[in-house]
Amino acid sequence: MGSNYDDNVSYSDFTLGHEELETIEEVLQKDLVDGGVHSVLLIDMAGNIVAKKDNGNCEHDLYSLAALASANFAAVDTMAKIVGENEFSLLFHKGEEESIHFSKVNPEFLLITIFGKEVTLGLLRLKVSEAIEKINSIW
Amino acid sequence: MAFVNMKTKEVQAKIVFYGPGRGGKTTNLEYVYSKFRERIKTDMVSIKTHGDRTLFFDFLPFDIGKIMGYDVKIQLYTVPGQVKYNATRKLVLKGVDGMVFVADSQRDKREKNHESLKNLQENLAAYKKSIFKIPLVLQYNKRDLKETPLMPIEMMEKDLNKQLKAPSFPASAITGENVVPTLKKIISLTMASLQNVMK
Amino acid sequence: MGSDDSYEFTDYSLDQEQLEYIEEVLDDDLIQAGVHSVLLIDMAGNIIAQKDNGHCDHDVYSLAALASANFAAVDTMAKIVGEEEFSLLFHKGENENIHFSKVHSEFLLITIFGKDVTLGLLRLKVNEVVEKIRGLWE
Repeated sequence: MGSNYDDNVSYSDFTLGHEELETIEEVLQKDLVDGGVHSVLLIDMAGNIVAKKDNGNCEHDLYSLAALASANFAAVDTMAKIVGENEFSLLFHKGEEESIHFSKVNPEFLLITIFGKEVTLGLLRLKVSEAIEKINSIW
Repeated sequence: MAFVNMKTKEVQAKIVFYGPGRGGKTTNLEYVYSKFRERIKTDMVSIKTHGDRTLFFDFLPFDIGKIMGYDVKIQLYTVPGQVKYNATRKLVLKGVDGMVFVADSQRDKREKNHESLKNLQENLAAYKKSIFKIPLVLQYNKRDLKETPLMPIEMMEKDLNKQLKAPSFPASAITGENVVPTLKKIISLTMASLQNVMK
Repeated sequence: MGSDDSYEFTDYSLDQEQLEYIEEVLDDDLIQAGVHSVLLIDMAGNIIAQKDNGHCDHDVYSLAALASANFAAVDTMAKIVGEEEFSLLFHKGENENIHFSKVHSEFLLITIFGKDVTLGLLRLKVNEVVEKIRGLWE
């Protein structure tokens, strides 16, 4: 089965080495979790978790969250296309205590941050942009 | 498009259950969830309508243990079967590594099975994947039904599997018959296809 | 549409008169105020009522299916992080924006609007419409 399955072009971009993953985790920790973000996930568009960091007080079901987030992103992206937009710029859901922010890193990866009231949306967006730039420089 | 994490030695692979509406896709996952409760640490996520129909997908992460030194996490998904939900159904296929096609054995569902399989082929093609190449298992579900006429297995094989030549199982998702063998088969096909990236 | 959808469970019913009233409200309060297109859908993605300014040819059936699925996905995410629900559901594009509002447990109001309407005004108008539609069941 393995030999005649030739769709594996797509894997190559996804096989991040040990060092690259460490760099990513360090960026997530220093730029986001140390900046007050509760939890951060780097996921691929299929909903797999590539890297994750949290402040140690989060017990969210992260695998389900990743599956939902990638589906959410894909649905919004498709809606954008239907109304004639390339993409919608801001994806952010605000709750009473916790909010979720989505950001596209590149065509394959999404960065999901969960944060509370102690971080403003403005500051978060700044921190997220910085983290994304660092992650993208890996490639 | 499985994700292989070299650092944590973890593999995440996505297996999607496809098929016509009310064919038993969600029931397959529910059976797996009840059978392997101790291995599944989280709740099954189901996005459904008030009428108990799948609206977006069901999601069940499933740890199968170590293969070639990697912790393997299989992510099971279903799609909404109803024809009108094609836009969302297509989204669920993104990054799929293995497929189970759950066909409905009832005689009057013959056309529905056909349509759904054709729709799968089209939707996979949109992601540049071929139904002939992706790991695929066919399941002929609802063999337990006594009140309605069922299609003979040979007829379903001829209808759906003549060209695909995929492994297939007569099954009953509701009683659990052949649900686990279906799952084991698709996991082993999927893992075989991933072998070249798990070095 | 699949014929297997015919027994879809619904626990709301709207007669001709009520539907006409809803369409009138959507037209008067939203389309006349500059909204490009508005959809009232149920949580299963069926379109209950629809109005537009005559210049929209969006695929509203796909949009309704995606919107309901997306709303449900976001709702599930809220539960996972311990929230009852997320309050603001709004997506901003270059020219077109989409705003989602829950009418009650069964209905969602989706508005598509451009730069000619501010988010503030839109939310005000949407709230008025939601009140009026809710009034039908009171």
